Amino acid sequence: MEKIIFYILAFIIIAFAIASVSSKKMLRSVIYLLFVLIGISGIYFLIDYNFLAAIQLTVYAGGIIVLIIFSVMLVHHVEMELELAKVSKRIIVGIASLLGLALFLVTIYSHEFNVVENSITTTTEDIGLGLLNYEAGGFILPFEVISLLLLASMIGAIIIAKGTKLTSKKNDTV
Amino acid sequence: MIAGISIYEILTVTSFLFFIGVYGFITRKNLISILMSVELILNASVINFVIINKYLYPDVLQGVFFSIFIIAVAAAETALAISIIINLYRQISSVEVKDTEIMKY
Amino acid sequence: MDISYTILIPLIPLAVFLLLGIFNQKIKPAVSGYIGVAGLSASAALSFYTAYQYFFVVGKESGIYKTIVQKVTWMNFTDTLHIDMGVLIDPISIMMLIVVSIVSLMVHIYSRGYMKGDDGYTRFFSFLSLFSFSMFGLVLATNLFQIYIFWELVGVSSFLLIGYYYTKPSAVSAAKKAFIVTRFADLGFLIGILIMGYYTGTFDFETLNNPEGPAILNWASTSFMGLSVITWALILMFIGGAGKSAMFPLHIWLPDAMEGPTPVSALIHAATMVVAGVYLVARLFPMFYFVEDGFALNIVAYVGGFSSLFAAIIAITQTDIKRVLAFSTMSQIGYMMMSLGVSGYEGHEGVGYMASMFHLFTHAMFKALLFLAAGSVIHAVHSNYLKDMGGLRKYMPITNITFLIAALAIAGVFPLSGFWSKDEILVAAFEHNTLLYVVGVFVAGLTAFYMFRLYFGIFWGKDTQYKHEPHESPLSMTFPLMVLAFITVVGGLIHFSEYVSADKAGFEAHLNIPLALVATAVGLTGIILAFVFYKKENELPSRFAHAFGVFYKWTFDKFYFDEIYLFVTKKIIFNLIAAPIAWFDKKFVDGTMEGIGNKTVVISKRIKGIQSGKVQDYAFSFIAGVVILALVFIYLWTN
Repeated sequence: MEKIIFYILAFIIIAFAIASVSSKKMLRSVIYLLFVLIGISGIYFLIDYNFLAAIQLTVYAGGIIVLIIFSVMLVHHVEMELELAKVSKRIIVGIASLLGLALFLVTIYSHEFNVVENSITTTTEDIGLGLLNYEAGGFILPFEVISLLLLASMIGAIIIAKGTKLTSKKNDTV
Repeated sequence: MIAGISIYEILTVTSFLFFIGVYGFITRKNLISILMSVELILNASVINFVIINKYLYPDVLQGVFFSIFIIAVAAAETALAISIIINLYRQISSVEVKDTEIMKY
Repeated sequence: MDISYTILIPLIPLAVFLLLGIFNQKIKPAVSGYIGVAGLSASAALSFYTAYQYFFVVGKESGIYKTIVQKVTWMNFTDTLHIDMGVLIDPISIMMLIVVSIVSLMVHIYSRGYMKGDDGYTRFFSFLSLFSFSMFGLVLATNLFQIYIFWELVGVSSFLLIGYYYTKPSAVSAAKKAFIVTRFADLGFLIGILIMGYYTGTFDFETLNNPEGPAILNWASTSFMGLSVITWALILMFIGGAGKSAMFPLHIWLPDAMEGPTPVSALIHAATMVVAGVYLVARLFPMFYFVEDGFALNIVAYVGGFSSLFAAIIAITQTDIKRVLAFSTMSQIGYMMMSLGVSGYEGHEGVGYMASMFHLFTHAMFKALLFLAAGSVIHAVHSNYLKDMGGLRKYMPITNITFLIAALAIAGVFPLSGFWSKDEILVAAFEHNTLLYVVGVFVAGLTAFYMFRLYFGIFWGKDTQYKHEPHESPLSMTFPLMVLAFITVVGGLIHFSEYVSADKAGFEAHLNIPLALVATAVGLTGIILAFVFYKKENELPSRFAHAFGVFYKWTFDKFYFDEIYLFVTKKIIFNLIAAPIAWFDKKFVDGTMEGIGNKTVVISKRIKGIQSGKVQDYAFSFIAGVVILALVFIYLWTN
């Protein structure tokens, strides 16, 4: 059963990823990306990382994709056709990508992974404790850094997006 | 662990995902599309973290933590990128790569 | 004796040069003249003070005049080989200081009148000061390298002053010629210095000249082509000296150098710079004398003797009065060289050395006087040529008398200074080498003849009708004439042998009455011949010229030496060597370099498209590169 679900998910991921990078319509491309992300969260569910799957759904599918859709709406007509690269370039890049892929696969399949059979369930509590652990091996510092980073990027995004207006306002007051 | 699925198959999927992202990153002509391709690449690596954690070192959670951080960084990055794109759109009324080639030569 | 103040003697003219050179346009001509004269006066006063201190206050120590040196090490090569900068005081450098400062001061004063109204007045004085600085530095040099530095500096100032009228093509080419010929000779000097430094391990005059020192005692240790390397070094250095002193066959630049202003000819090309070669040989005299039993010294003697004869013959036929004087200078310097060449070292044996220095001194005075007087004449009639002159004695009495004194002195008439010094030279030649003695006496006769040919041609001869009536020059020009004439008259009474001698001990020089009588008789014969030929305009000169025919023509054209040099350089060197090399340089060397440059431009134009400014293109290159590298590495590792 899980095997079949995995194959379906894998198919969804790859097929929609291809569709996403080759679609001519911007909005459709974004929606295909949404499907890819949902498929990835499905894989997380399969390997029993429920918390991660939830984050994937909320942050990626719920946050980032919505953000991208908004920006697409702001700067594009929904029906606008995207300009595609030249055929020759697409072929060359495609060949290069396939070569790289082949390289990856050869490397992966020639490596003997030391797989540990297990069925441990990870609870959200474990993740929370690990993240907030300040003893050896704890992730409290990166956690705080990430929170600062998010704050900084939020402020930065606002300032950049509003840039010109902000400065003009300043000039007015002066 | 996914019953009946080896690590190789999952890694194959992520490799595909990664190179599809690379392909998109290079061939797309639109800044937002490029951003989306970057998301694909990021996601491929996130899956790798998680899968390797689960299959090889199930008793620790480092891979999961890294995935969380990557997702957070990706969110920050996307927000910034989008704001830059919007600002750029204000300046030159376009988000096509070919209009932003002032660093040429 | 503390002699560190003597460093001021060259430094004051240097300061004047910098002042006048930098503020060239800001300084009024009148002021710059005064600055130049004042600077030189200070140097001259210091020179005289130094001379007084050296000879009369310090005097001899244990029978000889000591060489006093003060120096700082400038560059270190090995423990023993280093280049110093400093001042060296001994009898000949004192003597040269006196000569240079007197003549230079007189020329400065004279130039204030002569150059009046010239556009480059300030420039002229700054160059004169540069020259004085270089010449003082050359005289005071403590080692070969220092003398070489100043040697080149006088060459440069000579170049600048010959080419002073740089709008005149002939002046420019004369300047180039002088510079190239002397530069060519200086190459020999430099090689000589390097050989000397390499084999003796020192550049210091003191160490080199010590007769018991290793440099002289070990001369035979290394030989090259049958001669000691030290002898080779000395010969090469003499080539440098011959170039500066216009010895045959490097004399060709001197007549052309007369294109410069006349004061310059008087200062540089009569009194000071051209005797630098003599000074150099005198400076290294112990080496020349002791190394290989004076082989190099013999060369000096014969080159000097030949040059003196050669130049005297040419001087007879020249019609440009400055050129006559130039060949006369060459002839007299040949005399000095010859005298050095026949000199011994100790006591009375060293009479040739003494005579050479004595003659250098007296010749500087009367030859500068002749040039300045000639300048005065040229100033009055605006021509260099004898045919435009004649009967000037009525118009220019002072110039006439001073010129006559100088001409009598150079002809060797008792009791003028030229008589004494020339007599000593002939004594030295008579005692050592009969052939050179005969040459010397003959040249003395020729000298008297051409000098009086000049004198009669200018001041007597035909009564030329002048467009503008010539008049006596202003006091600023006649005053130096009178001073130099005075020195010329009394200069011979100095007991020179007391002060300057090869071994620095001094000796008692006696007048050799028979020899003096012979020389005087020859000189008077020359004068009388000239009197007969040129006192009144007559047909004798042209008849004689016809009688000599081809020989006269040859002499008139200076034995075609300029043409020979031109042929050698233009036809042989330029066409056969320089042209192919130039072609090779242009086609291959330049071609390669330009080809590289052009190809770079072409290729970069082609490939600049790669720098598209698109991040995606860069990313593609990056990924493709990574993939290729990974493939390569995997291939290498797995095998």
